[in-house]
Amino acid sequence: MKVSYYPGCTLKTKARNLEDSAIAALRVLGHDLDELPRWNCCGAVTSLAQDDLLHMLAPVRDLIRAKQQGSDKLVTICSMCYNTLARANLLMKNDVEKRNTINAFMEEEPDYAGEVEVVHLLNFLRDYVGWDKLAAAVKKPLSGLRVAPYYGCTLVRPAEVAIEPAVDASVFERFLTALGAEVVANPAAFDCCGSYQILSSPKEALDAAARVIGTARDRGADLMALSCPLCDYNLGKRQGDLIASHGLQGELPTVYFTQLLALALGLGPDVCHFELNHKGTRSLLEGRNLIPVQAA
Amino acid sequence: MRIVINGRTVDQDFIDRVEEISGQKLSSCMQCGTCTASCPMVEAMQLSPRRVMHLLQMGLRDYVEGANTVWVCASCHTCEARCPRCVDLPRVMEAIRLVTLRQNKDRVDPQRLEPTVIDEAPQVAMVGCFRKLTA
Repeated sequence: MKVSYYPGCTLKTKARNLEDSAIAALRVLGHDLDELPRWNCCGAVTSLAQDDLLHMLAPVRDLIRAKQQGSDKLVTICSMCYNTLARANLLMKNDVEKRNTINAFMEEEPDYAGEVEVVHLLNFLRDYVGWDKLAAAVKKPLSGLRVAPYYGCTLVRPAEVAIEPAVDASVFERFLTALGAEVVANPAAFDCCGSYQILSSPKEALDAAARVIGTARDRGADLMALSCPLCDYNLGKRQGDLIASHGLQGELPTVYFTQLLALALGLGPDVCHFELNHKGTRSLLEGRNLIPVQAA
Repeated sequence: MRIVINGRTVDQDFIDRVEEISGQKLSSCMQCGTCTASCPMVEAMQLSPRRVMHLLQMGLRDYVEGANTVWVCASCHTCEARCPRCVDLPRVMEAIRLVTLRQNKDRVDPQRLEPTVIDEAPQVAMVGCFRKLTA
């Protein structure tokens, strides 16, 4: 089955490990992610100003492309794209005055009123594959791998676009359980990683990241699973910067949930691109015999 | 901090602009401090989110604009999720930022980012940062 898919900028470059693993895994599950034609950057963050509709045009244009494809839903993987697209969609659905202004401004485009549903891949797996079917498709269970799920901010806030209400979200945990992994309860699952402040206030952002890593690590996690390239940068790629300075006991490799999905479905490192991950991720998975040891 | 409050210190125009841009009623805040207790960046803030709200309610523009608070806010929405008065504080933070940014004053200079960071940071980090902190 084909489903409209919005990749976003980062998945095409620095987070190919997030996209390629997802596309290959979904194919195994019988779903083809059909990339939108002529998609553009979603804007990464939502404008929070009442009088700023200009920054809503980019995500709305993407939603219009999905509607033009004849789709009733648009799947995204990147957490930030999900948040931005879902919030733009809500605005178009619920705010008649702003919808009319935006539609009038983009007169070259067909009118849009929130007809397309924005779906994060975790919810797509929950609703259109199902945990039982996913568990049955697993060829290489992630047995013994202690994984802490990390939702971050943009999958669960604000409440009106949350993939599940943060107070009792379980989609990530159920996903990991279906893959055979051992879920580590993560009290920092909804905490902020420091976000884009890594560029403007790096010290403070790394402080926030260190708290998230330390909490998950203290609970005995081998690995932290996430769905956002910015979280992966702050928590994974920048981890080396903060271990010594923040008194952490050791590393906590990070991995995209789609990479775990691909591995569990029997796909190999060729679609997972572990070279783009935290450097400890590959060796951990090699040590658990989940991927072949790479020749030196 | 000693603060003088009288008829001359209240900048009603600033209150009105922040309320208009944010869509939030500043007087809704009852100063419980849940926002401050929830904020992941609070240790780096010169004024806590609760104090920003308090100073805003009193129209003390210079104190609010003189603090780094809105510029280290990461828009994580934890305060908004937990506010018992349903104040959307990230929108208030954005409104305060925009009052400055709309005077064409940038808070970050993309030229001054380290080349290694530009090579490695994901696009969402750069777009997000420049959207929030530049004019």
